[in-house]
Amino acid sequence: MAAEIKLVEEAKVQAGMNPKKFALWLFMVSVIMIFGALTSAYIVRQAEGNWLDFEMPTMFWITTAMILTSSLTMHWAYFSAKKDNVEMAKVAMVITVILGAGFLVGQWLGWSELVANGIYLVGRESSGVSGSFLYVISGLHGVHVISGVIFLTVVMVNVFRLKIHSRSLSQIEMCTTYWHFLDGLWLYLFVFLLLNR
Amino acid sequence: MATTDIHIHHDVHHHDDHGHDEHHHEGNFWTTYVFSQDHKVIAKQFLITGIFWALFGGILSVIFRLQLGFPEANLAWLKPVLGQWITPENKLDPEFYLALVTMHGTIMVFFVLTAGLSGTFSNFLIPLQIGARDMASGFLNMLSYWFFFLSSVVMLTSFFLETGPAAGGWTVYPPLSALPQAIKGSGTGMTMWLVAMALFIVSSLLGGINYITTVINMRTNGMSFTRLPLTIWAFFFTAIIGVLSFPVLFAAALLLIFDRSFGTSFYLSDIFIGGEALPHTGGSPILFQHLFWFLGHPEVYIVLLPALGISSEIIATNSRKPIFGYKAMIGSMLFIAILSFIVWAHHMFVTGMNPFLGSIFMLLTLIIAVPSAVKIFNYVTTLWKGNIRFTPGMLFSIGLVSFFLTGGITGIFLGNSAIDIQLHDTYFVVAHFHLVMGSASFFGMLAGIYHWFPKMFGRMMNDKLGYIHFWLTFVGVYLVFFPMHYIGIAGFPRRYYTWTNFETFSGFADLNMLVSVAAIVTLSAQFIFLFNFFYSMFRGRVASANPWNSTTLEWTTPRNPGHGNWPGEIPSVYRWPYDYSKPGAKDDFIPQTIPYSETPESNLPHENELIKLESSNGHGAIIVEGKH
Ligand code: HEM
Ligand SMILES: [Cu+2]
Repeated sequence: MAAEIKLVEEAKVQAGMNPKKFALWLFMVSVIMIFGALTSAYIVRQAEGNWLDFEMPTMFWITTAMILTSSLTMHWAYFSAKKDNVEMAKVAMVITVILGAGFLVGQWLGWSELVANGIYLVGRESSGVSGSFLYVISGLHGVHVISGVIFLTVVMVNVFRLKIHSRSLSQIEMCTTYWHFLDGLWLYLFVFLLLNR
Repeated sequence: MATTDIHIHHDVHHHDDHGHDEHHHEGNFWTTYVFSQDHKVIAKQFLITGIFWALFGGILSVIFRLQLGFPEANLAWLKPVLGQWITPENKLDPEFYLALVTMHGTIMVFFVLTAGLSGTFSNFLIPLQIGARDMASGFLNMLSYWFFFLSSVVMLTSFFLETGPAAGGWTVYPPLSALPQAIKGSGTGMTMWLVAMALFIVSSLLGGINYITTVINMRTNGMSFTRLPLTIWAFFFTAIIGVLSFPVLFAAALLLIFDRSFGTSFYLSDIFIGGEALPHTGGSPILFQHLFWFLGHPEVYIVLLPALGISSEIIATNSRKPIFGYKAMIGSMLFIAILSFIVWAHHMFVTGMNPFLGSIFMLLTLIIAVPSAVKIFNYVTTLWKGNIRFTPGMLFSIGLVSFFLTGGITGIFLGNSAIDIQLHDTYFVVAHFHLVMGSASFFGMLAGIYHWFPKMFGRMMNDKLGYIHFWLTFVGVYLVFFPMHYIGIAGFPRRYYTWTNFETFSGFADLNMLVSVAAIVTLSAQFIFLFNFFYSMFRGRVASANPWNSTTLEWTTPRNPGHGNWPGEIPSVYRWPYDYSKPGAKDDFIPQTIPYSETPESNLPHENELIKLESSNGHGAIIVEGKH
């Protein structure tokens, strides 16, 4: 009887991206959509006129500098981990966490500054909606930064426990991506608010 | 039978190394059926919850149809269930009427046709049809269900509030929805609506992210994008639309929450209640409509696309013909997905939007008719001269095509911004979207259940009951929604508790009665389905592994696939999923797992070329050489 030859290939090892990283990217896309919606709403409302101009609190400049720096230190931590330079990675992670937490504190101080300037979450005038937007947008970004700082802390602990090194990078890679994303997002929001006061 | 196996393994993680069979569940009841991470169990959880909600939403609609069809009726008999919502005059409380309409819409659109449909079939079919052991993340998948469950609990609880559930319409336009002083339903009921929807959005995002990741990263060998069944394409596009649009609903809801609870004025301005001005000032209610419909319109396609994908698969299988225009189907879905993001303002033609903007949105809206027509054309040409098998699933799929057509045509009327001035917020709109979205997707869901029931539960549903269910529902749906076109053109506004106060509208009382009777009959017919569903689950005829002689991968699994889906290796794929009635072939279907090298009799010239690739692909292959 004729021999049947049957070829059955095994499922290939996942080429392309690690599914978790891919999912993180999709998550970031949905976050972009939220802020896209909020900033579009901002523009639409502003175009209707009756809009209170506000000064960007000086503190926001400082926090912007902080989160930018923290992106650098994060990347430094990542490179150090990649080169198995654990001590350096520890230092860099600690600095990043401090800067991240500092950013949050700074945002809070920035809000106090706004209050002192008479910009409130609930405007007294019909033009005060601009203030409401400012608080909600920066606040929602802050909420995401809180999640980012938690992630940073987890990674920092794992660096200290020597669980992150050149052969186990995916967690710190994802953290780096997310943190750069939050940084970039703030930069976008900051410039947007600056240009569209 | 002597077999020689030569295994050359990749370092893939094998679930099957410990000799899986059907009774492999190591977990206990809780981990197997409740907090399961298996995509098939999660799919069934979504399905059962969806069926619960469908029944619930259906009953709500019959209650308000009683009011519309029989405004004079004595509803005292509903008192034991509805309590204070039946007034002392034994009528339905007008505010509760609004709550019923609102909750009916919310439940049907989100809980039944989004979670119930995508949740069930994306979860069930994506891994099975692309050849994966499970979703990319079983854990997130489980979370997705439990967020949906929580959301359901919150929504259900709001029915037991003294002030009742949300009542501002499923679109929850402020200021009505923002001000508790406005109606009872805008009190705690609305707060719970927002909480439930926030949970729902989280669930949808978790689900969607998982579906996209799985489709992109977990396909089996040979399963290129051009070999994906159209179901998977549809679920894939649906998930993308969801990931892009649900966050916008979240943003809209967030600002609404701030307006309701923290005193901001994003959407509120210049409102007087009882002669007194509210402190809210400076907001724009139209802003909410923009944000809402930016989700709202894509949402209608989130609801529809999975149903279209399901029916593509069922129609091809049961016509025993390749789907007509496979690439055109994908292209039109892609085009629909893109367009769905730039037409939202057709819901706002009469809200005081700039008329010039209106004409732009009109143009874009009317373009959607093109890809939609392509799809209908392809369904019909697939059926054309097919060797049609009228299974219940097939009937429901054909019913879907019919509804999609009748409902789509009225969309073209509504899309004209001038005609919409007359038709907006009348029963014409209600007729339009119930046919094109509600009934079409609902039929897609039923078709999917009839078709994949054997894979879900290993048994067949009863065909006879299926036919009765189909004809009653099909005729019933048309009897309910067709008259609404006339009622709408005559100017009946939607969401009105009663028309008896208006002389003009008294002429249509009999038509409204007909609609209500048809609605009751249609709902009753669903109990035939419910009986069939639960009875067949335990007592149905035992299904064969491939009862419909279908080509796709899910039918290569055992009758009751266990965790990991395939007991051995995951099969590879060599051809597209629509090789039905291929000239020269032995059978009228060739499964995707059969290489071209085995079917020289039916190969086309370019397919013979592919044989070389099949064997040179042999590097990770197992060569099974069977001698008899
Ligand atoms: C040929 C394509 C279509 C066109 C041109 C079209 C056009 C429109 C327009 C202009 C409206 C607004 C009517 C008004 O409120 O005055 C509308 C409402 C609606 N359409 Fe369509 N439509 C089309 C297809 C669809 C499809 C495929 C679905 C769902 C799958 C759908 C679902 C809806 C829903 C749910 C509403 C009403 C929402 C509400 O006000 O509660 N439409 N359609
Ligand atoms: Cu629309």
